Amino acid sequence: MRAMRWLGLATTVLMTVSLYLIFVEVPTEREMGIVQRILYVHAPAAWAAYVCFVLVAVGSVAHLWRGSEHGDRVALAAGEVGVLMCTLNLVTGPIWARPIWGVWWTWDPRLTMTVIMWAIYVGYVMLRAFGRDDDGVARYAAVVGITGVLAIPVIRVSVRMLQGMHPAVTTTREGGSGMADPTMRLTLYLSGIAMVLLAAWLVMLRVRLEALHRSAAVLRRDIEYGLE
Amino acid sequence: MKNLGYLFAAYTAVWLGIVLYVRHLGRRTTEIHEELRELRKKLERR
Repeated sequence: MRAMRWLGLATTVLMTVSLYLIFVEVPTEREMGIVQRILYVHAPAAWAAYVCFVLVAVGSVAHLWRGSEHGDRVALAAGEVGVLMCTLNLVTGPIWARPIWGVWWTWDPRLTMTVIMWAIYVGYVMLRAFGRDDDGVARYAAVVGITGVLAIPVIRVSVRMLQGMHPAVTTTREGGSGMADPTMRLTLYLSGIAMVLLAAWLVMLRVRLEALHRSAAVLRRDIEYGLE
Repeated sequence: MKNLGYLFAAYTAVWLGIVLYVRHLGRRTTEIHEELRELRKKLERR
């Protein structure tokens, strides 16, 4: 409870600082103009989604290997928050693309792989929602959660191997930085940390909610058996 | 300030998404707390 409060406080402070940097300090990019500032929330949302999906895999392994209830709860929570972050990434991307590329969407390798990854985890979350207290469903979903994480390295490799339209935000194909100005880089990384912390805080909230849900399920079962 | 509307739309979408999710979690937590209270009362009555 105390950790959650501190995490919430740290997230609020970092978010405020990063918003100040985005809208006040950071210089406007010469070619893209003001819409380039969307990248300070677009890329961090993707990083937060990656962290969440790795957490899904770790929690799922713990659940399958050791039967960890907590691992299962973390996987479920991280899956839900990961889908939220991935959705925010997929929503902000087209809003940036429309004035820059002239189209809302294009089947670029990175975009396509991100949509596939999003669909895998939407499936995972739906599976968990429909098979609520069924352990068999939880185990099956854990396998989906572990295999889904493989999409992350595929996305990273696809960006380097295939010549897509998507800009290199942090590192270019030649190895240099996608952002020349140091204030831009600082803002991007700070926003990234803030978004990951926000995702961690949301995962903790969701884990607590799931623990309450399972306590209620146990009580319900006790009452049912007691009445028989 | 060309394309300001796109910037506004992107940040609104992000914060709206986050706020709606937090509100959803808050509502679910309140509901489950109420359900737990009811269930505990039922158990005590037995």
